[in-house]
Amino acid sequence: MAEIPVIDPKKCDGCGLCVGVCHLNALAIVNNIITIIEAVECDWCADCELVCLTGAISCPFEIIIQEP
Amino acid sequence: MAVQLEFLKSILYFSDLGLAELESIRKLVFEKTADRAEIILLEGESAENLYFVASGVVKVFKTSAEGKEQILSIVRPGESFNDVPIFDGGSNPASARTMGPVLLYGIKKNDMKAILRDHPQIALNVIKVLAMRVRHLVSLVEDLSFKHVIGRVAKILFEHVGGEMGRGPRLTQQEMAAMAGTAREVVGRSLKVLEEEGAIKLDRHRIIITDKEALQRIMEVPS
Repeated sequence: MAEIPVIDPKKCDGCGLCVGVCHLNALAIVNNIITIIEAVECDWCADCELVCLTGAISCPFEIIIQEP
Repeated sequence: MAVQLEFLKSILYFSDLGLAELESIRKLVFEKTADRAEIILLEGESAENLYFVASGVVKVFKTSAEGKEQILSIVRPGESFNDVPIFDGGSNPASARTMGPVLLYGIKKNDMKAILRDHPQIALNVIKVLAMRVRHLVSLVEDLSFKHVIGRVAKILFEHVGGEMGRGPRLTQQEMAAMAGTAREVVGRSLKVLEEEGAIKLDRHRIIITDKEALQRIMEVPS
């Protein structure tokens, strides 16, 4: 399953700033809440997280070590 | 589309003005639209206009000689940018690029001076905006000058590595910033520096530590 940014609907105020900055058009406001509509396209640039003032959308990283 | 008085009223600069005064200012405001990733201002160029973001987001940043970018601020609706050179008469101290489609309201430098002359009561709010800007930049200077943020970020990455089989805790850049005691904008740059130095690789939602020893060396640089 494609990794998708994490959305906390309780924090989303529907301002839509993240929709505008998503260069892959993966986000939309549905019923006043941010929703991912094109998960497979997300390249994890984290611009949505950067512009969100309420912390409603985040792009957490998994940290792994590449063994030689 | 006419500039909305309600929007002008929501801008801190003009929040204390009445409708008649806002109406006179509205005549001096022009609209500018831009698509994603358009440069609105270039560092070093002559500053002509003060801008307010009506919709969308603008990134204000500086670029080093090597092309490294440091975000100075993220400008959201209702906020202004390019204030400093409009008032000190100097060139643009930083560049500004849209992060998506934006609608901007602009006021020419000379018109802004006339507005200040005609409505001196806005001066206190202008000072407030500039003071907030100074406070933000002082904090950024502290982060960039006195804290070895890259080392701290390196340490955070080490401490949050997932196990061979299972997943470790996942971290957002916001969380890394809080842990490192720095701004979110500084963490983004730190990760890029670590990647350029070959210590890590950013692979969508994964940060892969590709050179453990290099990361350790960066981590051990004294503050």
